[in-house]
Amino acid sequence: MSLWLVLTVNSIAFGGLLFLLSAGFSLIFGLMRIPNLMHGSFFMLGAYFGASFVMWWGVEFWLAAIIAAVLVALLGGMLERFVLRRLAGQEQAQVLLTLGVSFMIADLCLMAWSGDPISVEAPASLQGVARLGGLIFPTYRIAIILLALVIAVALWALIDGTRLGAMIRAGVDDPQMARICGIRVSYLFTTVFCLGAGLAGFAGMIGSPILSIYPGLDSDMLPLALVVVILGGTGSLLGSLIGSFVVGFLYNFGQALLPELAYFVLFLPMVLILVMRPQGLFGRRAP
Amino acid sequence: MKRLPWALALLVLAAVPLWAGGSFYVNIVSQILIAAIFALGLDILVGYAGLISLGHAGLFGVAAYTVAILLEHGFSHSIAILAALGMSLATTMLFAVLALRTTGIGFIMITLALGQLLWGLGYRWIDLTHGDNGVSGRARPLPFGFSLDSADHFYYATLSIFLVVIAGVAIMTGSPFGASLRGTRDQPRRMTALGFDVWTIRFIACVMSGMCSGIAGILFFYYNEFISPHALALSASAEVLLMVIAGGSGTLLGPVAGAALVVIMKSVMSAYIERWNFTLGAIFVLIVLFMPEGLVPGSRRFARFLWAATKARRGAAPARSGG
Amino acid sequence: MTTKFGRRAFLAGVAASALPIPAIAQAAPVRIGLLTIKTGSLAEGGIQMEQGILTFLKERNNTLAGRKVDFISADTGGSPAGAKTKAQELIERDKVDVILGPLAAFELLAISDYIAQQKTPMLSLAAAEDMTQRKPNPYFLRASATSAQAMQPLADYAAKEMKAKTAVLIAEDFAFGYEQMGGFQRVFEDAGGKVLKKIWAPLGTADNTPFIAQIGQCDVVCQGFSGSAPVKFMKQYADLGLKTPVIGGETAGDDALMKSFGDEAIGMINACPYTLDLQNDANKRFVADFTKDYGNVPGFYAAGLYVNGLVVEAGLQKVNGDTSDKEAFVKALRAVQLTDTPRGPIKFDDHGNVIGNIYIRRIEKQNGKLANKTVKTYENVSQFWTYDEKTFLAQPVYSRDYPPLKS
Repeated sequence: MSLWLVLTVNSIAFGGLLFLLSAGFSLIFGLMRIPNLMHGSFFMLGAYFGASFVMWWGVEFWLAAIIAAVLVALLGGMLERFVLRRLAGQEQAQVLLTLGVSFMIADLCLMAWSGDPISVEAPASLQGVARLGGLIFPTYRIAIILLALVIAVALWALIDGTRLGAMIRAGVDDPQMARICGIRVSYLFTTVFCLGAGLAGFAGMIGSPILSIYPGLDSDMLPLALVVVILGGTGSLLGSLIGSFVVGFLYNFGQALLPELAYFVLFLPMVLILVMRPQGLFGRRAP
Repeated sequence: MKRLPWALALLVLAAVPLWAGGSFYVNIVSQILIAAIFALGLDILVGYAGLISLGHAGLFGVAAYTVAILLEHGFSHSIAILAALGMSLATTMLFAVLALRTTGIGFIMITLALGQLLWGLGYRWIDLTHGDNGVSGRARPLPFGFSLDSADHFYYATLSIFLVVIAGVAIMTGSPFGASLRGTRDQPRRMTALGFDVWTIRFIACVMSGMCSGIAGILFFYYNEFISPHALALSASAEVLLMVIAGGSGTLLGPVAGAALVVIMKSVMSAYIERWNFTLGAIFVLIVLFMPEGLVPGSRRFARFLWAATKARRGAAPARSGG
Repeated sequence: MTTKFGRRAFLAGVAASALPIPAIAQAAPVRIGLLTIKTGSLAEGGIQMEQGILTFLKERNNTLAGRKVDFISADTGGSPAGAKTKAQELIERDKVDVILGPLAAFELLAISDYIAQQKTPMLSLAAAEDMTQRKPNPYFLRASATSAQAMQPLADYAAKEMKAKTAVLIAEDFAFGYEQMGGFQRVFEDAGGKVLKKIWAPLGTADNTPFIAQIGQCDVVCQGFSGSAPVKFMKQYADLGLKTPVIGGETAGDDALMKSFGDEAIGMINACPYTLDLQNDANKRFVADFTKDYGNVPGFYAAGLYVNGLVVEAGLQKVNGDTSDKEAFVKALRAVQLTDTPRGPIKFDDHGNVIGNIYIRRIEKQNGKLANKTVKTYENVSQFWTYDEKTFLAQPVYSRDYPPLKS
């Protein structure tokens, strides 16, 4: 299989996974202005939960992913409702809290699942390769691309087409006006936080056949989510989508074409873009 | 009488080698002071300028590496230290010019990215830095012929530098510049309207912050006699940020308290608590829940509350007061 | 049970010897410190290290050479500064007689000078080549292997037994990766093979696909991933539909990782100083005790610490339990030669590095589970392979660009 084809497919697949991870972060930050540094931990926790359901109780892969997402969403919701809400507007306290919780989650995972990496098999129907027109594609990665697109469309429908979405957009644009209009902003916040956390947890489980699950997964993935959100602009779903694919391509082609610069392939473009356009590619200038 | 607590603290610090209980503990206090210098530097940005940076470990590391590499190539300590301070200044100015294009999350992200670039350089510029093998130093400087090899001597050198730094920060924050810096944090638009050059004020704050990080980096290298890219990792930047916030940003003693908390948990308590990482995270969460402004302001508030409560009790039962 | 006899025996020995050592010092427990990593991404190996030495001490009833053992475990957190602090804690506060560990090369290099200054014997698994080559430390011993020690025979195996003519090397972009691949490259090329490419994946890469995709056509792929990375490497390798046989080093096919691999790992050849299926008394006992206490099979890290325990015991016996003369203790440790250890016979060369067997294994499915099966044993392998020591040391240490690619 030609190198370029492999890299392209992987870029899109990895981008899809990143979208699932970072869409949540982007919404949370766009709406609530909380830099949620636990997001990598949600990803890892979703993976560990899902893998446990599959390994210990023989639950089917997709079902395990959904249950894991729900569990992580609940955890996220509780953290938002009982802790983060009291810190509204206090950015530094939010950073302290989210980092503190990420330490706790990382250590808890080490205690519960030990340091050994866990490998999860993709669902049997999606294992192996598919042949299309003489070219070979890893089936599971194609599945991830399709799944990410489906979820992207669903999220877009949610944000643009429903009342909840309208409220979210209002809250992102101007939270005070939104309150004046009678929007229950606190319920909205909890809902969005749950949604974001759940998406991250789902992404973790979905990604595990490719990335496996190991201590340190959270700190490997969080910087990537941050880069996506910065490139794409916070609060913008389209921005997250484009940003995810940009990062996916940078990551794959950058490492392959410029192996000497492998450590810089993500952050150098990020610095350049931020210096020229601090609000990201699709974000709005902060008020 | 207001100076009494400070004098007592100074006395306690000066006597550390006497009461700490061995060279290991003296070294721990040295490590706390080095971390405190680093945290004080970061606090200039986080607490007084309102700019959160996740890349300060890069500035810290640049200074440490400069000393290490120059020493390895045979330069004297004085030249190595001066060059490290110079590199620190240059790198910080570059950081500041790039990062100050934005504030808020943009600033956080640019500093994160710049820190990561420096970290990557540490790994990849193998000819210079030996990659993850790091650079070792075999000797400590001899200021005025005074040997710094023993834990006690190194501690006194570190203590002197710490006192200079904390005095400097205190003077800065009390000065008109400090006031205008806080102004740019609280009301940037009003400051601009009043004719202050907000960018330049922030730039100067960045430079001061970077120099403190550089000083901490130089001390760190001499203390460990080793530097490797791990000191520039994102986790190191996150750790110093946590020290500042947990201790109380925007206060003089907050960063010191935060540094003490983290160093003691990591280096001392880890011998007694196996899951110290979890415990540290839990402590941070508790601080956020009960003292979101930080340990130092929170303790002051708690102390004032206790004082007011005891006063109220005495006031409510005048017959019992002994006079 | 043996304690009283032992004490009497060596008190008698003390009286007989000319050394004026107070009898009280001999009855004091011997203090063994462990520098390991129990938090963070390297915790897997670190936890196993502790389990390995605890298994050994439990078997010996916490008594070595007639002295009770005070065992102190320290978590460095995986950072060089943490290693330094914990080494200071063990030496200056806890006054240990010998240090086992640390795990990682960058931790070892941070404390090497300090250990030599404090004259504390240290036995580590960290594979940094120069610790026993161009920058030797007289207080350091390594009973496991240098980075290249297992890769050199692997290259021999690949060229001679697998008849591979071309190879592509892929490892993580740090010293351990460079040193492994350097050793492989030199021996492979000297045996007539050709290394087409060397690919380096930065640390902390979640998805290695962009690197694996560059591998291209060759007879064999040699990988040097460590920690938990070999598991995802094999997965991502299989996902790309690549069929070229994969061979790896001691961390790539560690017995303790077998339960984490999927079927894509079947057939991987790997070289390791330790193998679970070694059929000797010491290993049988070690594996049985370890599995009983921890429910998992031991791997390279656990076995390495167990062997370190054996070395410390033998060294202590040589000095009759007297650790007050540090130079004599280190000399005794380096003079240790054992035949019955979980990794087979071992002895040390002049630089403190082990000379022992390297086992070439193949991953197979046995009773529905994956396990390594030894296919060839190279005996008496030193860190210099078959090269002359002086010539070897005259050349630069294996690094990213050395040996340079001939193509």
